[in-house]
Amino acid sequence: MPGVIEVQDLTKRYGSTTAVDHIKFRVEEGEIFGFLGPNGAGKTTTVRMLTGVIPMDEGSATILGHDIHTEPVQAKQRIGVVPETSNAYTDLTAWQNLMLMGELYGLDDTRAAGRARKLLDVLGLLEKRDQKVQAYSKGMKQRLLLAMALLHEPELLFLDEPTGGLDVQSTQMILGMLRDLNTGGTTIFLTTHNMDEANRLCHRVGIIRSGKMVAIDAPEKLKTAIDRVHMIEVSFDREVPGDALSGHAGILSVTRSGDKWRITADEQDAAIRSLVALSREWGAAIVTMSTLAPSLDEAFLRLTREAEP
Amino acid sequence: MNPAGFPEQARRAWAIAKKDIRIYYFKGPVLIFGIFMPVFLFLAFFMGSRQLPLSFLISGLIGMTLFFTATAVSPAIFPWEGSARTLERLASCPITIEAIVLGDMIASLLFGIGITVVTVIIGLALGLSLLHGITLLAAIFLAACCFSAIGMLLAVPPTNVPSNIMMLSSLLKFPLVFISGIFVPLEQMPAWGLVLAVCSPLTYFTDLVRYSFTDAHYFPVLLDLAVLAAFMLVFTVVTMVLHKRTMPRRM
Repeated sequence: MPGVIEVQDLTKRYGSTTAVDHIKFRVEEGEIFGFLGPNGAGKTTTVRMLTGVIPMDEGSATILGHDIHTEPVQAKQRIGVVPETSNAYTDLTAWQNLMLMGELYGLDDTRAAGRARKLLDVLGLLEKRDQKVQAYSKGMKQRLLLAMALLHEPELLFLDEPTGGLDVQSTQMILGMLRDLNTGGTTIFLTTHNMDEANRLCHRVGIIRSGKMVAIDAPEKLKTAIDRVHMIEVSFDREVPGDALSGHAGILSVTRSGDKWRITADEQDAAIRSLVALSREWGAAIVTMSTLAPSLDEAFLRLTREAEP
Repeated sequence: MNPAGFPEQARRAWAIAKKDIRIYYFKGPVLIFGIFMPVFLFLAFFMGSRQLPLSFLISGLIGMTLFFTATAVSPAIFPWEGSARTLERLASCPITIEAIVLGDMIASLLFGIGITVVTVIIGLALGLSLLHGITLLAAIFLAACCFSAIGMLLAVPPTNVPSNIMMLSSLLKFPLVFISGIFVPLEQMPAWGLVLAVCSPLTYFTDLVRYSFTDAHYFPVLLDLAVLAAFMLVFTVVTMVLHKRTMPRRM
């Protein structure tokens, strides 16, 4: 079954600089795919190629079965785009911007008005619908961009840094809406700098560095994959000697840390099983046990650093 | 619905035209520029050329009005939208570059026709009699299409600085007015002047307007209409092809 987005050897050059260098990936239907990378890594260039704003120099990209190069209109008809910087018409009101989008996506007036009213209501802009966009705050503009992208009920939504620089209220409103949309079946392609946002929202993330994809996986797998050695912290309700803990399957070393033992393990699953068996053997109940996996921030930094030329 | 089909793209081009009219054309300075610029040029020549009949000068005024108004705003729309990033918004919508250009042309020709109609009414109020109304209507429509295509052609250089385009636009537009038989009748032009005049679409429009009001004309009327239509087609095709090429460089 073809993916919602299928990218093969996608490349973009600006003069002698290769902004995006033969990247390949696939996004499945119903996924929230996070596209991460440092500034200048090629995230926005990739999104602009995938949404048909700029042409690619090499490779191919298929969006919902339509080649973005040969069938751009058909592909764009089924996607929604929230760009990095606000690009609503500031001389028009929110309502006029939405009606313009309705006409550009071929919606009839009744459907466009109904959808516009509903979206403005959900996004808290209904009362300001007849105000020119130039008087809107950054958060209001961003919410309007989301409404403009969703007016025609796209199957796939591209968002480029949708919460960058927004207050907590607007951020939560947008993230909540993205979750609801995804639950309703919308596939989401999200570029972000916010690792916490990507960690909580995305089913899979792709990391790009200097125009090249350096990793694609689920956030949890990425976090664990970067460290071959895992850390486990465990505490028991009675004293268990360190010697008893070391030398078991999966456990490499044991160090004391307050009332806890910090275990270094080469195989996390085997180490946990050993600790459970030990607690039974010593008649000591496990009070706390936590695995200290690296955060997505650490994974991101490690992966992007490793990829440096 | 086939979003890429002509009827759907034409509908979307109309949406672009309505947006342009609302944002760029219904502005006081634009309307004032569109009306006063040709009137002041006309008055300057009316004062300095008392030997030319009023009917000749009014026909020239109509020619100038349509030419200046149809090319007044359209060259700057792409640079404005490029710098405001709204062009990127349009590029991500399911509308072709040709339809965006067509929409800008429709707005420009409607603005040009609207202001020109006012000038025609002024001419009639000053005592001119309209002898060939249908010819005038056809000429205004063809010329408005042709001039709006020229306006969009001036916007082809992929700059997002409107002043650059407006300077280029003025450099091309003003000389065109002086070689198109508006202030000097074609009959009185030297041979080199006539060679230049036949290259300007404004010449044929002015000739048709004079025919409509005075029954006098330099070229055969059908030739005027045919050449104007040919210019319109060539400029429209060329502007669309060139914009398709340069659009990615604006993003």
